[in-house]
Amino acid sequence: MSILDLFKRRTSAPVARERLQVLLAYERRSRGQPDLVSILREEIMAVIAKHVQIDQDYLQVSMDRGETMSTLEIDIQIPNKSAVPLAMAG
Amino acid sequence: MGKVVVVTSGKGGVGKTTSTAALGAAVAKTGKKVALVDFDVGLRNLDLIMGAERRVVFDLVNVIQGTAKLSQALIRDKRVDTLFLLPASQTRDKDALTEDGVGEVIDKLRSVFDYVFCDSPAGIERGAQLAMRFADEAVIVTNPEVSSVRDSDRIIGLLDARTMRAEQGEQIAKHVLVTRYDAARAARGEMLSIDDVLEILSVPLLGIIPESQDVLRASNLGSPVTLSEPLNNAAKAYLEAARRLEGEDLPVVVPFERKGFLDRLLGRRAA
Repeated sequence: MSILDLFKRRTSAPVARERLQVLLAYERRSRGQPDLVSILREEIMAVIAKHVQIDQDYLQVSMDRGETMSTLEIDIQIPNKSAVPLAMAG
Repeated sequence: MGKVVVVTSGKGGVGKTTSTAALGAAVAKTGKKVALVDFDVGLRNLDLIMGAERRVVFDLVNVIQGTAKLSQALIRDKRVDTLFLLPASQTRDKDALTEDGVGEVIDKLRSVFDYVFCDSPAGIERGAQLAMRFADEAVIVTNPEVSSVRDSDRIIGLLDARTMRAEQGEQIAKHVLVTRYDAARAARGEMLSIDDVLEILSVPLLGIIPESQDVLRASNLGSPVTLSEPLNNAAKAYLEAARRLEGEDLPVVVPFERKGFLDRLLGRRAA
C-alpha cells in the first residue's frame, strides 16, 4: 500500500448495493420453490442406486450462481468394492 | 376496530424493541389507546426498555393458556395513561404460543385499543411468523447495511405470503424504518444510502432514525426516547414516523452531514 492509497478513498456502498441487487434478484425468484439442489441430489441418487450401490456421502451436488449463468457441479464417487457385486449381478 | 402493526426485521439487534417502544409511546401521547405486545417469548425485553420490568406479574403465555385474564396481564404505563404493555413470558419458550391463542388475544386487544404494536422476535421462525400473522400493517426495521437489508427482503416475502391478510388476498401495508443511520458515513459512501435501501426493498419509507447516544441513554433509563427526550434528533424522527404511521403526509428529510474541512481538502465526494 502506497502513501497515496491512504488518501484515495474507495467507497464501499455502491459495491454493497450491487451485491445485494444480484443476490436478492436470485432469492426472490427461488422464493417459495423447493430447494433445487436437494431435489437434484435425491433424484440423481435414485438413478445411480438402480445400478450401483453407493453411500449418500459419495454424492456431492453444488450450485454456483452467477449473474448471467450458473453452474451445477455433481461429484459422484463410486468405490470399486461396492460397484463390483452389483455389476456382476446385473 | 384498532389497527395491528407488527414491528419486524428478520435480523436481530437492528432496533425492533426500541422502535416499538418509541413509536408506541409517540402514538399514545396523542391520546390514542395503544397496546405494546412483546412476542419474544423466552427473551423478553420490551418490559425493560419501557421501564416496567418490576411490574410484570402475568404475561402473554398466561393469557393464552387461560391462567390470567388479559386485563390482569396488561401493564399501564406510568407516564402516559393510554399506553399499555403486554409482556412476553421469560420462562417459557416460543412453542407456548398457539396460533388460535394469539388470534384470540389480538382480537380482544383490537376491540379495545386504537393501535396494537407487536414486537417481533428476530428470525423468520414460528415466533416471528406469529407476531406478523394478524397484522394489518408492518414496520420493517432496517439498518443501512447488507445483512440487515437482505433479511428485511426475506421478511417482506413472508409478510406477503404468511400473514392472514395475504392469505385472504388483501394487502398488508408495509413501511421501512431505517434506524442507526449515520449521515456522515453515508455521505462518504461507506454506508448504503436511503435511496439504495428503498430501491432494493421497494417499500415506502416511514422514517430515518439517526444513530444516537440518546437512544441508548433512554434504554438505560427504561424510557422510550420519545417520552424522555422528545427534543433530540432520534426522538423527533420517531415522533414524525409515528405521525406518518397515523396517515399524515409528512415528507422525510434525509439527515445531512456537512462536509468537514478534511473531507473538502481530500476531495471526498458524497456518493
